[in-house]
Amino acid sequence: MYDIEKIYQATSVKDAISHLVLEPKAIIIAGGSDVLISIRHGKLAGCSLVSIFGLDELRGVTLEDDCSIKIGALTSFSHITKNDIIQKYIPVLGEAVDEIGGPQLRNIGTIGGNISNGVTSADSASTLFALNAKLQLEGPDGQRIIPISEYYVGPGKVSLKNAEILTAIYITKENYENFKGNYIKYAMRNAMDIATLGCSVVCKLNAQKDKIEDVRLAYGVAAPIPMRCFKAEVAVKGMNFSEEMFNAFGETAKTEVSPRTSWRASKDFRLQLVGELCKRALKESIKKCGGVING
Amino acid sequence: MANKILSCIVNGEPKQIMIDDRESLTDVLRNHLGLTSVKKGCEVGECGACTVLIDGEAFDSCIYLAIWAEGKEIRTTEGLMDSDGNIADIQQAFIDEGAVQCGFCTCGAIMASIPVLEDDKEYTTDEIKKELSGNLCRCTGYENILNAVEKTKVHRCDCKNPKI
Repeated sequence: MYDIEKIYQATSVKDAISHLVLEPKAIIIAGGSDVLISIRHGKLAGCSLVSIFGLDELRGVTLEDDCSIKIGALTSFSHITKNDIIQKYIPVLGEAVDEIGGPQLRNIGTIGGNISNGVTSADSASTLFALNAKLQLEGPDGQRIIPISEYYVGPGKVSLKNAEILTAIYITKENYENFKGNYIKYAMRNAMDIATLGCSVVCKLNAQKDKIEDVRLAYGVAAPIPMRCFKAEVAVKGMNFSEEMFNAFGETAKTEVSPRTSWRASKDFRLQLVGELCKRALKESIKKCGGVING
Repeated sequence: MANKILSCIVNGEPKQIMIDDRESLTDVLRNHLGLTSVKKGCEVGECGACTVLIDGEAFDSCIYLAIWAEGKEIRTTEGLMDSDGNIADIQQAFIDEGAVQCGFCTCGAIMASIPVLEDDKEYTTDEIKKELSGNLCRCTGYENILNAVEKTKVHRCDCKNPKI
């Protein structure tokens, strides 16, 4: 039995919002793989919940008229990985969320919950940063769409206003077309672990496939919130593939991040990972784009 | 808190159960339906001992609110038994391979393996390992569990596509 004061099962997004207006302190529960554990651990004991788990309208991946990919906030990780649209256009996101926890957690965990938790280690977050994801939030005043970079405001804090719900994630065509990417999760075990560092790279090559036309680099656990490394991206754009280019990528990234020492790893170790993983992820992304790296 | 009537299908049988809306699915399956193959291990979704299938997918029932199971089809290890009361091939394989020691993780591991066994796709050893990676076992060292699942998978594939 969970230590819950009361739980309200919303019947629609509007219903959930109006209930949250009436009860501003209530906590939204989606898949529950974070909320229920916090209740069990006592942190959220005695709380009042609004369950959006039953809102099937928030599930699924669709290709919109403008070729944006819309991911419903309640879509489970395993459904994202198995989805045909994701596999065809943004396989890197499917691969990233396939690194989360274990199979049972990937069946219950939702992508919306993963980012709305506001934690820097969320495996989906860095790839969504690299894909310039936009988030659709719905509240009492209607809908608004914000870039994911404005969603994270601090550790465990996202810019959801009172009674607002994250309903969908959009990846627009210019952000995925011709891009290929790679996500590397560094953790102590292959399953059921939280990232010591997560690194996501997406890149696009020029027509001759010998230069990087565009690249985006994002990290989880390299700072209090997931982050992009814009300087490192600029540093390698237009360069031929070379050891120099990869080093410039890694070294510049190291100047932008601000990892901390935790019981999982020291700051120095995380910095080492920042420099190394982005090179590996970029190499892999270039290969996926059809580029050939000599040596 | 509030009492609710939960309607769902458990091991093929439609059920209507009066539950407390704070109960986990583990609580309901064990305490209301007596399905004690569903074990309470960590109760925070780490060990997999409480794994059940909900609409064909493996879930940790300890972190699944019972009220969410409304209208869903749930399967536990008890449901693997055939109409004559015989255990399933995967259960026999666990016995044959010595994949059961203390037995606490067994039912969860078996349920986690069902999606692999019932999928028409072939699985590599690494893919099977990944599907079982949410189930902890402190006794066997996993090797025998993996062998049991792999052998059952091969056997089922051979039965479907007999080599002439």
